[in-house]
Amino acid sequence: MKFARLVWANLWRRKGRTVLTLLSVAVAMFLFATLRSVLTTLAASEQVGSESRLVTRSAIGITFPLPEAYAGRLAATDGVSAVSWANWFGGIYINSQNFFAQFAVDADTYFPMYPEVRMPPEQLAAFMQERTAVVAGKGLMERFGWQLGQTITLQGTIFPGDWDFTIRAVYVPDNPSFGDENFFFHYDYLLERTGRFVTPGWFILRLGDPSQAAAVSARIDEQFKNSRAPTKTETERAFQAGFVTMWGNVAFLVRAIGTAVFFAILLVAANTMMMAARERVHEVAVMKTLGFGDGLLSALVLVEAVLITGVGGLLGIAGARLLFGATRALSSILPGFAVAWSTVAFGIAIAIGLGLASGAVPAWQAARLSVVQALRRVA
Amino acid sequence: MKIPLIYNLRSLRARPVSTLTTAFGMALVVGVFVAMMALSNGFRAALVSTGSPDNVMVLRKGADAEMSSGLSRDAANIIGGMPFVARGTDGRPLASPETFVVISYQRLGGGLANLVVRGVSPRALEVRKGVRIVEGRLFAPGSNEVIVGATMARRFANTGIGETLSFGGRDWTVVGRFTAEGSAFESEIWGENEQLMPVFRGQVFQSVTFRMQDPSAFDGIKPTLESDPRLYVDAHRERDFYENQSLFLGTILKFIAVFIAGVMAVGAVFGAINTMYAAVASRGPEIGVLLTLGFKPRHVLTSFVTEAILIAVLGGALGCLFTLPINGLLTSTTNWNSFSELAFAFRVTPGLLLQGLVFAAVMGVIGGFLPARRAARLPVTEALRQA
Repeated sequence: MKFARLVWANLWRRKGRTVLTLLSVAVAMFLFATLRSVLTTLAASEQVGSESRLVTRSAIGITFPLPEAYAGRLAATDGVSAVSWANWFGGIYINSQNFFAQFAVDADTYFPMYPEVRMPPEQLAAFMQERTAVVAGKGLMERFGWQLGQTITLQGTIFPGDWDFTIRAVYVPDNPSFGDENFFFHYDYLLERTGRFVTPGWFILRLGDPSQAAAVSARIDEQFKNSRAPTKTETERAFQAGFVTMWGNVAFLVRAIGTAVFFAILLVAANTMMMAARERVHEVAVMKTLGFGDGLLSALVLVEAVLITGVGGLLGIAGARLLFGATRALSSILPGFAVAWSTVAFGIAIAIGLGLASGAVPAWQAARLSVVQALRRVA
Repeated sequence: MKIPLIYNLRSLRARPVSTLTTAFGMALVVGVFVAMMALSNGFRAALVSTGSPDNVMVLRKGADAEMSSGLSRDAANIIGGMPFVARGTDGRPLASPETFVVISYQRLGGGLANLVVRGVSPRALEVRKGVRIVEGRLFAPGSNEVIVGATMARRFANTGIGETLSFGGRDWTVVGRFTAEGSAFESEIWGENEQLMPVFRGQVFQSVTFRMQDPSAFDGIKPTLESDPRLYVDAHRERDFYENQSLFLGTILKFIAVFIAGVMAVGAVFGAINTMYAAVASRGPEIGVLLTLGFKPRHVLTSFVTEAILIAVLGGALGCLFTLPINGLLTSTTNWNSFSELAFAFRVTPGLLLQGLVFAAVMGVIGGFLPARRAARLPVTEALRQA
């Protein structure tokens, strides 16, 4: 590229301006990467639920428990190969700002149901042997600086009183969207402490044949339809997706903001390119006189614009990826929050598009510039 | 003497394209900021206005939400009989023992939503001043009648007066529609506590809300209730209780607003700096003339900063205009304390618009300062010789 030097020299003609434009593109693309990652993370968390597992909960509402006796009847239902259950505990650790999810689970059946929850077998064995033992996520351990073997006290809200737990196992999820800030303890402990005043919050079922999900769900709900506790059964994925939609129309919000950011930065970049072009009217006229073609001159302007926005975009997106990779800034609210490669690619494409769009007007002007008039014009 | 403002205005008009693009950039930043804050404020306002400062809400000790609370009938009676509970014209206590359940219900347009069904005492409308029946009437005691909140009624089927809702294994006739000053109650269904209690959880209330005879006496009432050996309760001022519920999501929303607007502002400020540097660069001779005429460098500085502020405020005003149509727009999210859907309206208030303008002005000052300083420091001779 024999013109590379020309483009390079033009870029640095006004250092301040080039750097500022580059930086504003960088912050905008940082924001873009963050926002899009919220969407991709939410979409991924809808996927965390398996299609081969069903969740059966009360049809009345998510907060209504189901009778424990359902476990047997569910297990006996055609197409169901395993049954487990869990309960939401909702305890407070020191104060309510330290929110994390706590589940009372039927330990014998729960962990076999979730092969994606990985922990050392000896830790799992230790957990199984102790009634007040807890399996905590790695992220949770780091968040509060907990150690294996430490005793944690939670203040119950649904189940009053102070509850002591001992951390016996630490898990790492295979799938980051599963979240590494969960806290699992024995359902039996809950049962015992509350004087058997508790029943399962929901059941998790494994399907023999995942393609039968709809039929099995219907069969289960039909079975309990006229009982005192009717059920609502759906795939785990659908169940999770239901929670995601509870946040409201996040996708719309993110897109609206993203569009506003894009146009705000487009204006900044376009303004810069137009300023640069205005300064160089004379020069372009001279170059035309020397025999530079219209197309080439346009291309030079475009290349310059794309270089600024491309490098800026790369900086912003790489910055976001590194920042969110190194810190756990958003992962308490959104488990598994990460900047996906698709976001990186998409962001770079946008940055290049931004460059082309911002350079379009000056490039067009350069091409149709009338040499005589430009040279005559007094700057 | 200061450089007259008209000079700046004329300068802006001389470069309409770059003025407008810069202002537009600022407008988008301010627009996003105001819109996000309107969302956050609307959410907070809906929850905070739900509670009245004159009311006390009693929950079981340790329960941080109505859903996790439980109070016996005896406890409710004891609380109602306390001397600091306001009395109605008939001399009976203005207290409403309430049941609270969240049910799954089909939303208009598909999907299940979690709805609050609140069983209230027939006196609830006296206890809660903001609640008004706008159509139909209150449920009759002892009947399977319910009233529906105004925003809830717009989002779910079969909520017209005379229509039937079925939940909890029974059918309920809608006899009235109520508003509650835009608060969270408008997203709820209300029926009589005695009717709803047996349907869901058995002989237990979730909370007792009563009006205080003397609202300033709360600091004395709280310990009286909490130390009463017959009770095992926490007492909250109703307003504080709902304000607490808004903390989690409200803080997240506010953080998002500030984070996004902050990052965008950096970009917009860079844009402003660019524009102003270009303005300064192309106006060397002009600045030289100004200095020759006897204007001091600091006047030039103020003048150029003012020009930047003018651009920014123009943009800010534009951004505020963009956001006006969203005022009152209804949206919904989940109140994570009860897992129930909460509908609320964006709130664009004059105070918020002012904040947006101030935000723009600050961006203008930051964006204009460096270029203005360069202008002020230009040596006269050099400036005049330029071009």
